[in-house]
Amino acid sequence: MSVAKDAALLVGAPRSNARGKLGRSTVDTGTGELVGQTRPLLAVENLTKHFALKGGLLNRTKAVVQAVDGVSFDVQTGETLGIVGESGCGKSTTARLLMHLIPPDIGSIVFDGLVVGAAEGGLSHRDLHRQMQMVFQESYASLNPRLPLAMSIAFGPLVHGLAKPAALKRAMKLLEAVGLDPMLFANRYPHELSGGQRQRINIARALALEPRIVILDEAVSALDKSVEAQVLNLLVDLKAQFDLTYVFISHDLNVVRYISDRVMVMYLGKVVEIGPVDHLYRDPQHPYTQALLSAMPSMDPRRRTLKSPLTGDPPNPISPPSGCRFRTRCPFAEAVCETASPALLAPPGEELRAVACHMRVPGSGHSRAATVVSA
Amino acid sequence: MADVAVLPADPASAFKRAQQGKSYWRRVWERLRDDKVTLAVIGVLVMLLVMVVFAPWFTVHDPYTGSVLRRLKPVGTPGHWLGTDEVGRDLWARMVFGGRLSLLAGVVPVFLALLIGGFLGVAAGYAGGLVNSAIMRLTDVLYAFPSILLAIAITGILGSGLQNTILALTISFIPPIIRISESLTTQVRHLDFVEAARASGAGPLTIMRYHILNNVLGPILVYAASLISICIILAAGLSFLGLGVTPPSAEWGLMLNNLRQALWVSPLVAALPGVMIFITSMCFNLMSDGLRQAMDVRL
Amino acid sequence: MWAYTLRRLLYAVPVLLGVSMLVFALIHLAPGDVVDILVPPEVPKEIADSLRRRFRLDEPLYMQYLAWLSRLLVGDFGISFFTNRPVAEELFGALGNTLVLALPAAVLGFLLGVVLGALAAYNHGSWLDKLFSATAIVGVSLPHYWVGIVLVAIFAVVLNVLPAQGMGFEGIPTSWDHVKHLILPVVTLSLIPMGVISRLVRANVLEILSQEFVGALHAKGLLNRRVLYHTLKNAAPSALALMGLQFGYLLGGSILVETVFNWPGSGGLMNLAIFRRDVPMLSATIVVLATIFVLINILVDVLQALIDPRIRR
Repeated sequence: MSVAKDAALLVGAPRSNARGKLGRSTVDTGTGELVGQTRPLLAVENLTKHFALKGGLLNRTKAVVQAVDGVSFDVQTGETLGIVGESGCGKSTTARLLMHLIPPDIGSIVFDGLVVGAAEGGLSHRDLHRQMQMVFQESYASLNPRLPLAMSIAFGPLVHGLAKPAALKRAMKLLEAVGLDPMLFANRYPHELSGGQRQRINIARALALEPRIVILDEAVSALDKSVEAQVLNLLVDLKAQFDLTYVFISHDLNVVRYISDRVMVMYLGKVVEIGPVDHLYRDPQHPYTQALLSAMPSMDPRRRTLKSPLTGDPPNPISPPSGCRFRTRCPFAEAVCETASPALLAPPGEELRAVACHMRVPGSGHSRAATVVSA
Repeated sequence: MADVAVLPADPASAFKRAQQGKSYWRRVWERLRDDKVTLAVIGVLVMLLVMVVFAPWFTVHDPYTGSVLRRLKPVGTPGHWLGTDEVGRDLWARMVFGGRLSLLAGVVPVFLALLIGGFLGVAAGYAGGLVNSAIMRLTDVLYAFPSILLAIAITGILGSGLQNTILALTISFIPPIIRISESLTTQVRHLDFVEAARASGAGPLTIMRYHILNNVLGPILVYAASLISICIILAAGLSFLGLGVTPPSAEWGLMLNNLRQALWVSPLVAALPGVMIFITSMCFNLMSDGLRQAMDVRL
Repeated sequence: MWAYTLRRLLYAVPVLLGVSMLVFALIHLAPGDVVDILVPPEVPKEIADSLRRRFRLDEPLYMQYLAWLSRLLVGDFGISFFTNRPVAEELFGALGNTLVLALPAAVLGFLLGVVLGALAAYNHGSWLDKLFSATAIVGVSLPHYWVGIVLVAIFAVVLNVLPAQGMGFEGIPTSWDHVKHLILPVVTLSLIPMGVISRLVRANVLEILSQEFVGALHAKGLLNRRVLYHTLKNAAPSALALMGLQFGYLLGGSILVETVFNWPGSGGLMNLAIFRRDVPMLSATIVVLATIFVLINILVDVLQALIDPRIRR
């Protein structure tokens, strides 16, 4: 079975509906409709984070990097939400904001109905970490070189009060779950492992606290392609085994397509489009998504680049363009795009998609937008 | 996918029985084992320590009694193989017993500075922000003094004696240790595994204990070893100036000072205490270098 | 550029304030106070107390500190307990004498350090380099005051060609006889800078050489003029920066060598002040030496920033 999956990944063929069986996704990937409960596991509202660049005589703030600006989205229980975008679009910052590794300037995060960080009745950060964990990109520094692997995994449970023998027991079981023989690997050190093996340890570490939602920040980006396929399949299996919800961040469109139920596209700190994966890949609504998808290399000779590629220079996150941030590279940009920033709205008739583009909003003033039909 | 062996009934103890990997410290130890020079130096230091602690077993004469008749006998005099000092005390006995105070004043300040400065530096490096600024600015005030000057200021004003010497030297060595611990901690602080530890909800102390200390302790210890060699020289220097240990105690720097007059009469004897300072300091230096090379394990 | 300089200077102000506070605190932590030093213990209490009032020792500490600080800032360093002359006179005279030692020592240490370091780097791997490494370790472990004693033992006692101690002149040396007094202390003082600089230069030159001759022929012994020039040009800034710092150490830390050679410099002055419990002299000397050290550090930083714009942030 895994060979077929690997092959599908490499060729980029459209996904089969076998996905629907994996994990109890609340989103039907075929029709894009909600199934089962409607309260999202994670609701993010207006998340904003600006970084100040200091310098000068008195260390004044010289400029502001608007890393994440007014980002809102939901994550339904059991789904995999993919987040794509170029470097600098704010995806990693969003991940860290979700995990509360950096505090947001504005915005709220609601986990399973509880507001994170709220004084009364909310979810404390400590409890949030019990429910939400992150898998980092594999790097040399993703594991403590001085700790044995089982200790790296057991650290989280230890912190939350589990006794050492019980924590190690859980670590050994997790090693098994990620496909590494505990008797061979528990007492080894990161430098004795390959990249793919280290990433399995990273995954085991994230699962040690038995979270409900796992954020994967470029989790497979640093791996060789063949290893990447194996780890992706492991992630899919683990999701079913442990009943997880994923937020999968990547710049690799193929990988995101393979693993996600819904996809969110970010550009320069803002969400430009979000929707069920099949719909988005088949019929992207935002010019940026269209350009991204058309730039995807494909081994299928029938897929040719038909739409216009991206034009213009990548703008500076320090002083982003006014209005719609994509307008400097958008082939359809007009005057209204400079003055007004498009809101993330669901196109008429589709509740689960949203696009932030003036062209899709009737009556916005854009020449390609539908006119408002007064009835 | 790897073949998964059957997990033993009790996974916790299985951890201990699992195949042991080579930890970093084990590899350092293996490299050290092959470094003959450093091992020899460590051997010399241990020998020195033994001799100094069990001084009465290694000397014949009492280091405090002397006879004016036997002043300044040269090297090789029967009964006093290294001669006698300016009041007739056996030089060899004085040197061995003097080692106690010299080593004490050389090692204890660095050890104390390691505890205090190490804690402050790691705290500053981990906390960042205001705490970091406050600690580093305080360090800068101490750094405004060349090391000797600070030690002299404290002992000169507060008075001489072993206690003040140790106090003065400890304060002199706290800034460099703060600086190196802060710098190392800041580097480690931003690595992914520390972020992952924070994401697990661990508090600062837990993170420092499991993730920071074991990564910064190595280089700090190496640096501290090289500081000991400087401290020995400075401690003896303070006594040389009359600011450290007071007569009639035996201490190498003090002996150098006392024997200065004797330079004209018996230059070899007058220079001998300095040899001890030099040898001890060099041993610590070589040991520090050897440790650094052993720790330079490419992971 | 000027912003950086200004920032460094402004930044030095709290540091220097801290220095003055530290010295003041030390003075007041010492057992007994000034009056106990000045008068014999048999003096009746009323007289001692009236003296305390005269010296304003009964005022709260922070007021005494501010008074002392304001006097320092205008250059009034007080009157020496021992000589009853203004401290400032003696101090600056002594500083001049230390400078007479420190400058040649700095130059000598720098030149020798550069030459030795470069030679060692050029002959990397040969016996010369290994000898250098051994010497470097030895050099760092030698107590330099002991080296001074040994040099005196050899050249003054045994060989009797150089004077054992004393300055022998005032101001600037003008004759060979004057210079003879300078030789041993200067050499002793130059040892530490020489050791430190030679290690740095060797490391820098090695790095540069490894870039220049990547995979190419080893021009061993053949001093390509262009390579030499390029090497020195790149190694110079950090060596000069280090030299600046070392100069600061030489000025502030000369006390040991000056004691060995009975040199009447600031170090010797401090020694006397300690011995005589001359608190105004001692505290003023410490503050002045620390200030000079801080200013030299700033100068070195600014010069480095001038050369390397990356430092200016």
